[in-house]
Amino acid sequence: MLYIKCPYCGLRAQKEFSYGGDATIKRPNINEEVSSEDWDNFVYMRKSPRGKHIELWQHIAGCRQWIKVQRDTATHEIFQTAKVTEEIR
Amino acid sequence: MQKYSVFSLIKNAFSNHQNWEVAWKDPTPKSEYDVVIIGGGGHGLATAYYLAKEHNIRNVAIIEKGWIGGGNVGRNTTIIRSNFMYDANARFNEFGMDLWRNLSQELNFNVMFSPRGIINLAHSDAQMNAYARRGNSMRLNGIDAKLLDREEVKKLIPMADFSDEVRFPIFGGLMQPSAGTARHDAVAWGYARQADDMGVDIIQHCEVTGFDIVNGKIKGIRTSRGDIKAKKVGLCVAGSTNILAEKLNMTLPIETHVLQACVSEPVKPLLDGVVTFGAGHFYISQSDKGEMVMGGDLDGYNSYAQRGNLPTIQHVLTGGLALFPFLSRLKMLRTWGGIMDMSMDGSPIIDKTHIEGLYLNCGWCYGGFKSTPVSGWTFAHTIAQDQVHELNSELRLNRFSTGHLLDEKGLGTKTWIG
Repeated sequence: MLYIKCPYCGLRAQKEFSYGGDATIKRPNINEEVSSEDWDNFVYMRKSPRGKHIELWQHIAGCRQWIKVQRDTATHEIFQTAKVTEEIR
Repeated sequence: MQKYSVFSLIKNAFSNHQNWEVAWKDPTPKSEYDVVIIGGGGHGLATAYYLAKEHNIRNVAIIEKGWIGGGNVGRNTTIIRSNFMYDANARFNEFGMDLWRNLSQELNFNVMFSPRGIINLAHSDAQMNAYARRGNSMRLNGIDAKLLDREEVKKLIPMADFSDEVRFPIFGGLMQPSAGTARHDAVAWGYARQADDMGVDIIQHCEVTGFDIVNGKIKGIRTSRGDIKAKKVGLCVAGSTNILAEKLNMTLPIETHVLQACVSEPVKPLLDGVVTFGAGHFYISQSDKGEMVMGGDLDGYNSYAQRGNLPTIQHVLTGGLALFPFLSRLKMLRTWGGIMDMSMDGSPIIDKTHIEGLYLNCGWCYGGFKSTPVSGWTFAHTIAQDQVHELNSELRLNRFSTGHLLDEKGLGTKTWIG
């Protein structure tokens, strides 16, 4: 079981959260010309690194906020969590 | 090569089975090969075998970081089927079914292919309609499909919960009678033994650390056991594709996730086919040893750990108990995990790349094992002829940017939900 520290509610079990994928993917800017390649990269292409990965989770059975989590994809260790508006370095 | 038969078995019994030939050698890597296949799993071994057999390319090496058959070919739940709706997937996998049917004879190795049938259960009228559509599509592609009503399902799996109180009553199901199971390890070993006999070097405990690319053309690979020159290189490393893609400066439409499976203690013969639950992600079959083999959802977050967490197992088995209440009496023998290449549309990629001489075989999602022979067959063709075969002509890498997705399940890009 993963234990994720929600920045709003504190340490909670994985079962309260749902996963939202890579948090470093940026949607192309609105109202600007977007090339097919940029859309392709945004929608489909993923680095999926082995090691540290910054990802989105939603505290679906808690405060329902989206949060950012920095986790190791090889060991499942969680290093940092943050509000979705905050940066993880 | 010594042929395996009842006579060789009897002959070797007299010497207490001490004098069997080794099934494959343990060579030191040569400095140069015509083709290097990275990944000694089922697909890599099958690719090398078909390169040698179908295309007479025998100066081939398989480079494996661990040991052959130690990854997903030894971790799957051994199900073989071709019950796909889309033409490209159906044709591809039905060609594979033909290879499976003859595989034990062809490899002189008993892969224990057992066409015992698969039933996908339906729990609503809408699901029955969807299965009728899928069944019709399958039949148009020459694949056997049978729509079963509730009574027919009850005859086949009377131990399922057919009572009135269930949350998801069984309305019927779609059956592919020719689907089945096989002994997964034997598939890897059978391909390895034949490939080795035709001159393929199977190099284990050798990690690829980099690639030699000059002017957009592959020249060789760098490994933990030295540099190896190669005219062509094929990647068959589902589960680690993103790691090697990073070394190639490529980004792929793939996320890597962990999928768990489990087996119960062995019990007497009870379930003769494969059954999938239609209201949750759960499937079950019984191995020849008597264990109930079960699996279902991904853990649901990017992972390279070949192990998962308990909540997913609990969730999957909750679905299992809803379908087969008798499971509550069984002890769990073991659980394990394998890492999956989850492609963004749920279908695999077998293609050339923008680097000349570099070929890609990846994105197998939950279903790599059933496609082992056809994947090797088409990948060998793609490498040998430097062009895709008709069978994998829609499994291209560029289908994501052109919009020609093969989204069999129509789930979009949330790979962890698929």
